[in-house]
Amino acid sequence: MNRRRHRRLELFRTIVLVVLGILFLVPIGAMVEFSTRGVGINSPRTLSSFTSIFSYPDLTGAIVASLELAAITSAAMLVLLLPTMVWVRLRVPRMVRVIEVLCLAPLTIPAIVLVVGLAPLYQWININLSDSILTLGFAYLILVLPYAYRSLDAGLSGVDVRTLSEAARSLGAGWATVVTRIIVPNMSSAVLNACLLSVAVVLGEFTIANLLNFENLQVAIATIGRANAGVSIAVAVASLLFVFVLLLALSFVPRPGSRRRRVRIGVL
Amino acid sequence: MTALVTQTDAASRSEPRASVEVRLEDLRRQYGSVSALDGLNLTIGAGELVALLGPSGCGKTTALRLVAGLEDADGGRVVIGGRDVTLLPANRRDAGMVFQAYSLFPHMTAHQNVAFGLRMRKVAPRERLRRAGEMLELVGLAAQSDRYAHQLSGGQQQRVALARALAIRPSVLLLDEPLSALDAKVRSQLRDEIRRVQLEVGTTTLFVTHDQEEALAIADRVGVMRAGRLEQLAAPTTVYTQPATAFVAEFVGLTNRLAGVVRGGAVEVRGVRLPLIAAGGADGPAVALVRPEAVSLSAATDASTGPLLGTVIALAFLGASSRVTVDLGDAVVLVQIPTADAVAYPAGTRVQVALRLDPVLITRDAAAVTP
Amino acid sequence: MTTLVSSAAEPAGPPFRGRLRVPSWVGVVPFFVYVAAFLILPTAIVVGGAFAGAHGPSLTNISALTQPYILDSFLHSVVLSAASAVIGAVVGAVLAYAVASGAPNGVIRRVVTSACGVLSQFGGVTLAFAFIATLGGAGFITLWLQEHGVNIYANGVWLYQLSGLILVYTYFQIPLMVIVFLPALDGIRPQWREATSNLGGTSWHYWRHIAGPLLLPAFLGCLLLLFANSFSAYATAAALINQGGIIVPLQISNALSSEVGLAQANLASSLALAMVVIVVVVTALYSWLQSRTARWVR
Repeated sequence: MNRRRHRRLELFRTIVLVVLGILFLVPIGAMVEFSTRGVGINSPRTLSSFTSIFSYPDLTGAIVASLELAAITSAAMLVLLLPTMVWVRLRVPRMVRVIEVLCLAPLTIPAIVLVVGLAPLYQWININLSDSILTLGFAYLILVLPYAYRSLDAGLSGVDVRTLSEAARSLGAGWATVVTRIIVPNMSSAVLNACLLSVAVVLGEFTIANLLNFENLQVAIATIGRANAGVSIAVAVASLLFVFVLLLALSFVPRPGSRRRRVRIGVL
Repeated sequence: MTALVTQTDAASRSEPRASVEVRLEDLRRQYGSVSALDGLNLTIGAGELVALLGPSGCGKTTALRLVAGLEDADGGRVVIGGRDVTLLPANRRDAGMVFQAYSLFPHMTAHQNVAFGLRMRKVAPRERLRRAGEMLELVGLAAQSDRYAHQLSGGQQQRVALARALAIRPSVLLLDEPLSALDAKVRSQLRDEIRRVQLEVGTTTLFVTHDQEEALAIADRVGVMRAGRLEQLAAPTTVYTQPATAFVAEFVGLTNRLAGVVRGGAVEVRGVRLPLIAAGGADGPAVALVRPEAVSLSAATDASTGPLLGTVIALAFLGASSRVTVDLGDAVVLVQIPTADAVAYPAGTRVQVALRLDPVLITRDAAAVTP
Repeated sequence: MTTLVSSAAEPAGPPFRGRLRVPSWVGVVPFFVYVAAFLILPTAIVVGGAFAGAHGPSLTNISALTQPYILDSFLHSVVLSAASAVIGAVVGAVLAYAVASGAPNGVIRRVVTSACGVLSQFGGVTLAFAFIATLGGAGFITLWLQEHGVNIYANGVWLYQLSGLILVYTYFQIPLMVIVFLPALDGIRPQWREATSNLGGTSWHYWRHIAGPLLLPAFLGCLLLLFANSFSAYATAAALINQGGIIVPLQISNALSSEVGLAQANLASSLALAMVVIVVVVTALYSWLQSRTARWVR
């Protein structure tokens, strides 16, 4: 591409990225600023908002609960979704489309709608099974399905499931071995991808937890926020940073199945 | 813009434009510390098809893109039809380009693709329709004019691309490895097709390729490039039979490297005195570059001796001809002979090799003699 | 059992050595049971509740949707979604272009896409508080402007009203646009630009005839996606607005958490049904537009 256009493009890119970068960093910066304010005007910056997080048992309880839920949902996704996807590809290829539709359906049924239907269901669950917040894992797995499915699907399409499993079976492997020792190691980045996305979704979930009267991380932030904005913003900053780092790390994991070489877009 | 419009007015009448000469003068291009083009000088005569041939990274595509204006030169000039276009942007250069692949606009039919350049030149719709149809007919795709790119085969897509480039009656036609992405069979058909069209329209053409067979088959002159420089620019037969450097000899066609000694204006290779392509050169050890087809075989008898006695170690069937690999003990020679003759020499046969007395190129670079 | 095992749906394969042959459908049962319980069932409850009456199926809940305050909330939702979708789509497309035209594996692309991933998914409460920290009563910008004599809330605190919502919503709409629009931009081949230039076209021609038409379906599709996303968003509004049902999701949460017995729960269902219908229609249009793009940009 010739130099003139290259320069113009670079200028455009710089302006756009800088302007939007500032616009997007301002509220985040404001959060950091707010959460480090000292008491009274002109008092020095302090991390007291961050440290006092631990003096709110509700808050720490909610943080722990959210982390546990993230782990549970990821595990459930791996135990339920992944084997099903492999099984379907091996034994019932006709159902691949059905599974796909089911997994992508939650995209059209927003959480606010789903929760209306979940309310009576959870009333029953809380009375008859358990009223722990961890029961939310069932609902969260539904929310996570579309992202996990896309990721695992991309990973599976890079693995010749049929050939590998037949080779393993001809050598005497049982079905469980095939999945855990043969298939999964060949799509490790897809699996990691799906797990990280699940964690991000669960940590950021508010709607269902709030309307089913559970106190997870986001609900706690909102609740505490009414009383003590500083602390709640401190938690918000911390969680935002955590998920950002998570997703940034994710971007370094080779994207599953993306064999297509990115076109050099210098001439776009 | 006005000048361009006047030109196209003339062009929109069915007169073919007169062919023009294209000159590349001392072109330079650097990417960081790497010199892609190192002072390239090339003149393409009016109506001539020059092929730039070389391995990847030799600068041939860079040269093409500099002519097209898709990249800016770091030094030198590009002159098209007497007009210095070096500083002109790509869309004002009047150079039609055929890319390697993927260049057809996917949301337009073949016809619309071909008519696009005419649209840019504000040619009237009626005229556009006619000229685009004419071009598609020229490349043999009149029946496919309403198809989209994804409905056409690779070869057909490239033909549409060719029609599109020619529809604007460019001063120079530029082809960037147009056949590389195609199957072998389609490649040779399309290659001849391109040449036929080029001769019919008479446009000055620069054709870039890494396939020496392509270059030799269709070009008026072939420019062999290496590391940003032209090693030789000559007619195909000349490049083949009188290579200017060892690189050219080895890049174009196969070569046998045989150790020998230069004495008195000829080189002695294994007891045979071969004339030299380039006279002069001091006496002394040298490596002679001998073409496989200049070597012949005959069955060895029990009494055969000498440095040209060897054993067949491999036989490669290439269709009409075959390539026989002969082990002479201290050297390995490739021999190209008609298949009908080659059947007499299966692997393991003792043979007597004979060298035809064609002039050969020598190089002093003894280190690379094949063992 | 044997019939199932040798049914056409099952691909031939070497049998498990010495193991009981398991019929194909067994493997998908756990998944189906789970999805039926936690996706199909709740959806059915919503649909059923929307049409439930005191004595069997009725349309009272549906007609309840025509009450003025409900219609107002739908109008507000549409306005909010449309405004944030349009702003998000335009600004997001520009940002996506800035990202796509750089190095495919470069730092900028990675950082920006990760940031967009966070902001679009993780929005909700965090975003609301970020804006409270910035433009709230004691917010950073508010105070800074006050020091310079500008009181942005002279005519009322708009942050907690519709206009404030629009502003905050664009904050997660723009990143979402970047994420969903980037693939379309990546599909544009540089050869098209070069060919246009070669054939005499300028940048304007390129965008007008080539890139524009090719990207338009994807752009519109993403715009629709943004609309659907905004329409069904709840968390941000809930965190910003403590009372009232200015938009439909807030009406749903009011109906769901109010103590007025069955009638209100069913109102929630009919509101939810209406929302789902709107979102499904919009998403279907999006899919259709995506398939049109996929045809060309392979």
